Amino acid sequence: MLRRIHSLPGLLAGLLVMFMALSGAFLSLQPTIERWQAGAAGTQLSVAELSGAVARQLPNVSRIVRMASGTVIAYSDGAAGQVATRVDPATGSVLGPYETSPVFAFMTELHRSLFLGQGGHWVAGIAALSMLVLSISGMLLVVARLGGWSRVFWAAKGTLKQRLHVDVGRIVLVALLLSGLTGAYMSLVSLGVVSSGQDGFIAFPSAVDGGAPVPVSDLAALQALPLSQLRELVFPAPGDPTDIFTITTKTGQGFVDQASGAMLDFVPNSLSQTVYEAFYTLHTGQGIAWLGLALGLAALAVPVMAGSGMLIWWSRRRNQPNLKHNVAAGAADTIILVGSEGNSTWGFATALHDGLTLAGHRVHTAPMNALARHYHKASRMFVLTATYGDGAAPQTASRFLSRLGHFRASPNLAFAVLGFGDRSFAHFCQFATDVETALLAKGLKAFQPAGAIDRQSSQAFAQWGNETGKLLGMPLHLVHAPTVPRTRKLVLIERDDYGVEVQAPTSVLRFAVPSTKSAGVTAWLGLGRRLPRFEVGDLVGIVPPGSAIPRYYSLASSSRGGVLEICVRTQTGGVCSEFLHALSPGDEIEAFVKSNPDFRPGRGRTPVIMIGAGTGIAPLAGFIRRNRQRRPVHLYWGGRDPRSDFLYAVEMAQCLDDARLTRFKPAFSRTVGGSYVQDGLRADTTTIRDLVGQGARIMVCGGSDMARGVRSALDDILAPLGETAQHLKATGRYLEDVY
Amino acid sequence: MAPIDNPVGILKMKKLAATLALSTALVAPGLAYAQDLTIKAQIATYNGPNTFFAIYVTKPDGSYDSTLWVAGQNQRYYRHLRNWVRGISAAGGNIDGISGASVGAGQTLTVHASLADTMIDAGYQIHVDSAVENGGEYADNVVMPLTQANSGVTASGTGYVQNLTVTF
Repeated sequence: MLRRIHSLPGLLAGLLVMFMALSGAFLSLQPTIERWQAGAAGTQLSVAELSGAVARQLPNVSRIVRMASGTVIAYSDGAAGQVATRVDPATGSVLGPYETSPVFAFMTELHRSLFLGQGGHWVAGIAALSMLVLSISGMLLVVARLGGWSRVFWAAKGTLKQRLHVDVGRIVLVALLLSGLTGAYMSLVSLGVVSSGQDGFIAFPSAVDGGAPVPVSDLAALQALPLSQLRELVFPAPGDPTDIFTITTKTGQGFVDQASGAMLDFVPNSLSQTVYEAFYTLHTGQGIAWLGLALGLAALAVPVMAGSGMLIWWSRRRNQPNLKHNVAAGAADTIILVGSEGNSTWGFATALHDGLTLAGHRVHTAPMNALARHYHKASRMFVLTATYGDGAAPQTASRFLSRLGHFRASPNLAFAVLGFGDRSFAHFCQFATDVETALLAKGLKAFQPAGAIDRQSSQAFAQWGNETGKLLGMPLHLVHAPTVPRTRKLVLIERDDYGVEVQAPTSVLRFAVPSTKSAGVTAWLGLGRRLPRFEVGDLVGIVPPGSAIPRYYSLASSSRGGVLEICVRTQTGGVCSEFLHALSPGDEIEAFVKSNPDFRPGRGRTPVIMIGAGTGIAPLAGFIRRNRQRRPVHLYWGGRDPRSDFLYAVEMAQCLDDARLTRFKPAFSRTVGGSYVQDGLRADTTTIRDLVGQGARIMVCGGSDMARGVRSALDDILAPLGETAQHLKATGRYLEDVY
Repeated sequence: MAPIDNPVGILKMKKLAATLALSTALVAPGLAYAQDLTIKAQIATYNGPNTFFAIYVTKPDGSYDSTLWVAGQNQRYYRHLRNWVRGISAAGGNIDGISGASVGAGQTLTVHASLADTMIDAGYQIHVDSAVENGGEYADNVVMPLTQANSGVTASGTGYVQNLTVTF
């Protein structure tokens, strides 16, 4: 719901909001330019002193205006109409003609009403309201996504566009909220819906002194008023003793008798006018140049937000499930309920739906929030759900637990829960566990204990399908094929083999783009000869022949080197690793690149602790190789035997020599007194504490067992600092690439 | 017909007729008939927001008599139409039904009004005050004697209202 509230105005009014933001950003320069032109006011004149000085130089002066920037302008009547003159606020001496900027005047009207009159005020108001709704709903979405208000500033995760949207949004939120709120208010004032507190005018005093006018510099009320308090002083018509000075100050409006010098009928500003002026100042930054600039800078981020938001919406929409033969809830024998946040769970649900339908079942698949009160014919219910943030319900399951209160189960209805999550998070599949507990508490029977799928593993899902099929007495082949991006042909150019002697055959494989033999236009242009763009730490997806499901490997090189390098250990029965191991130089593969921006050392000079085991060294070695700025890097790596599977040994020694690598502590498990990588860490407790105290970043790459061991070792080491791996991870200082 | 204490107070607007009750009691000399006026105001060309202005009539002694039209409905700008405000705040009165939108640069406003025919050639004058937000303010932008000879004659002004033509 919240997401819909966020995306709807974003999609409908995105262009309009962007237009208003950009015109507003341009206008935000005005207060600064005016402030700069006004110059610094030194001595503080009274209104009487300044007016006296102006009247001596400009005898026909009819009006003096002091703007929020401090600029003083005198209007005097000339033969050809009114002349506006700039006046030095410190001395009252005339500086020269004042000209309003036609560009800013044009932009102001464009921003305020798009030159559409009253209708334009509505349009501007809708833009401001959209901005307000987007800011508030966006803020609530970020809070929900990161798991609470206390975590609002924790590191955001996700694809580049998602992180860009969240990170930029967090920076500019307050400014955009302010612009939206004040803009909506000002539109309401322009439309006459809200009073600016200045409805009508103040009646001129009926009784005036009528005596001989005295010079303006001798008027007592003006002598008592410092220039900084002035907004506008209007002179009486020359030669009319019954006329009177009209004065507007910061605090109100009144009249000054030109003979007695007394302030007459002063009316202080009403509360609503004070409110209006506060909103006006906050929206325009007039008189507060830095605020104007800050709001303008924030407004420049709006196109970034609109663009990234649009892309996020589109990729979510493209992933909408396409269910065939979805039977009505009342007629189905099998129910599949889906709790999904980013739509990936729907892909698995679709595979299950298709598999069960193929096996002859009548299947109804729906979001968990659509839980009916009763399923008349159903005897089986599957709940497939992801977990959101810190164990919370994902988007399509947010109301499931409350709806469950009204649910009446048939006596023969049994269920199975399958959770989807990321094992590197503390609350792995927490919501799936909660749902199972709630269903059991409701008196339902589970025909299968809850399963868990780590990081969308298609293999684990297929295995769960086999087990489920055996339990239900039917073949259940679940083929979940995440949409594979377009692949490119790559050719193996070189391979180094390790670890055969220690039963861990591992190869470093280097691929390149096959040289084109055809002399077509694309070849001539150099197209198709280049590698797709990738960085060290990104993933390559390789689709082995005869399979629809890609396997991912971490990259040890970047595309700039012209070589795609991976490190692969042969898994017995592993379709893809066996295929890769059988390759000889010259053989071709089908591959695509998947960005993995969450696993990068980032910029800066702070030390990096890199920890890996086995093939996990590949991306770490890649980073170290490219560490030309000699950032301190401490590498901990675990292998089996230095004589057999010491991957990258020669290259790491070279890096140590030229300080691309500061320290290297390998640990080997199959030697006398063998040890694991986490033992190496524990042996260096003091060093690790020092480094983390200096703000070091930690990068871990390898199998999930090793990652768990490293986490617990680091928790022990860092306990005296009050740090945990979990907390470092939340603040973006602990990065994992675990498989 | 209901008794009307001030026949000059009957004014017609372009679209809907509305009555304006003026608190100044004008002693109508003899038998007065309502005289329809067509007012055309041509706005000067300039860069900036719309012009707001007031068209009003003063008595032979120079004091405010009545308002014919106010262009600009945002009352917070009215204080910039200084002479008109000064007059109407002394005389009192209501401008419901004789006001409309402000007018953009280079445009022409045409409105209809009416006043007592006894005011023509009797020393009354038509005045225009004009102003633009964050720009100039012109009290007595146009001053034109209300005479039969001036009907249909274009009077030019020094402010935002460049020309005024009153036809009756």
